[in-house]
Parts: sequence; structure tokens; C-alpha cells
Amino acid sequence: MNWLLVVAGAVVGAPLRYLTDRAVQSRHDSVFPWGTLAVNVAGSLILGLLTGAAAVGVANSHVQLLLGTGLCGALTTYSTFSYETLRLTETGAGLYAAANVAGSVAAGLGAAFAGVWIAQTVWA
Amino acid sequence: MTAPRTTSLRTPRRTALRGQAPVVAVIALGGGIGAVARYAVSLWLPAHSGDFPWATFWTNVVGCAVIGVFMVVITDIWAAHRLVRPFFGTGVLGGFTTFSTYAVDIQKLVDTGHTHTALVYLAATLLAALTAVWLAATATRRVLKWRQS
Repeated sequence: MNWLLVVAGAVVGAPLRYLTDRAVQSRHDSVFPWGTLAVNVAGSLILGLLTGAAAVGVANSHVQLLLGTGLCGALTTYSTFSYETLRLTETGAGLYAAANVAGSVAAGLGAAFAGVWIAQTVWA
Repeated sequence: MTAPRTTSLRTPRRTALRGQAPVVAVIALGGGIGAVARYAVSLWLPAHSGDFPWATFWTNVVGCAVIGVFMVVITDIWAAHRLVRPFFGTGVLGGFTTFSTYAVDIQKLVDTGHTHTALVYLAATLLAALTAVWLAATATRRVLKWRQS
């Protein structure tokens, strides 16, 4: 059952990442990977909300496996984030690479903290 | 800045989506496989509150090393089927590694008063993941060059 919940979340999360990335990347001409940044920040916010909801007893372990481990886990990615950062440094866009690392970590953490705070404020 | 819209030249939405269907399907399949592997690692290396999140750490570092090898192989030598990259790169590796758990792991550590562990984990993951992808890509290129010469 647990495994199925993870799979069910992931088969939605992974294509959602791909489609969001394509939609975001088609809207600008910059080499900056806004698409990956967007899914990573959005996923961190959702997982933060879920973690806050679980802490106050609103989300049970099944919901956490489906939406947390499955959906958010597959929606966000570390491998693409690091590969895109490597490509930016290799193509001479070192400043963009540094901005991508700093921006992803700052925005991802901000979203995670905000998500937990919002959930605990709403449901507490 | 918005790019000028070339409405007349755009592929009709329905046709564009139909062409995407196999790509989306293999990404879903790969994502499911990657996520299951990540879940298996998390059960194998369970983390207790306040611990360094080793499962997420190793998942992300290994995933970054593998994508470094894979992307060099698929761009430089292997004329693979067009669905191989979406399946393995976007699907399996994207589903295996996670940024959201990394961010929320840090939030949980800070929230429970383990700020030092949180900072070490934040920096160690970044450093190890970026080093892994760089080393893996560089080593793969070297091996390919050496084999060709």
C-alpha cells in the first residue's frame, strides 16, 4: 500500500515537473534555469505545508507518502539542479551558476519555512 | 520581458500535446521507478529527529553523480532513442533526487533546535552534489577521449 501511494504521487509529480519546466522555459530567452527553480520552490512550499499539517495532526501518514514522498519528491529535483549549474559554469555563465545555487537554496528554504508556518497558523 | 507572440507559426495546441504524450508517459514511468528507489533508501537508512538526514543526502549525491555520467554519454556518444533521455534523465533521476525533502529536512532540524546539523547538512549536500556531478562528467569525458584515441 505504502509503495503504491509513493508511485501514485510520483507518476503525477515527474510529468508535472517536465511540463512546468517547458512552460516556464518557453517564456524567456535567458540561459537561467527558471523552470527547475520554479518546481523546486513550489515543491518545497507544498512539502512545507504538508509537514506543518502533519505536525498539527491534519495530514496522516498515507497523505504524506502520496503527496510528500511521491508528488513533491518527484516534482522537485536535485540532479537537474546540479547538472544545470555545472552546464552554466562550463559555458562561461559562472555568475548565473552562483545565482542559481544561492537563489535555489534561499527560495527553497524560504518556501519550506513559509509552508510550515502557514499550515500551523491555518490549522492550529 | 515578453517575447513577441508568433501565433500563426505556433503548432496547434492539440497536435503539440499529442506529440508530447509518449514523452510524458515515459517520464511518469521513470518518475515512479525513481521515487520507489528513493523511498527504499529512506526505509533502509531511517532518520530519527535531529539526526543528519543521510538517506536524502546519499540519494541526492548519487543521483547527481549518475546524471553527470548519463548526460555526457547521451550527448557525446550514444545516439539513443529520443525517449531514453526523458525516461532516465527527467524521469528516473528526477524522481529519485529531491529538493523539497532537502529544504524541509533543514526546516525540521532548525525547528527542533539542531541548527548546527542543519547548516552542516545544507552545505555538505550542496558541496557533495555539485562535486559529484562535476567529477562524474569530467571522468566520463576523460574515459571516452582515452577510448577514442
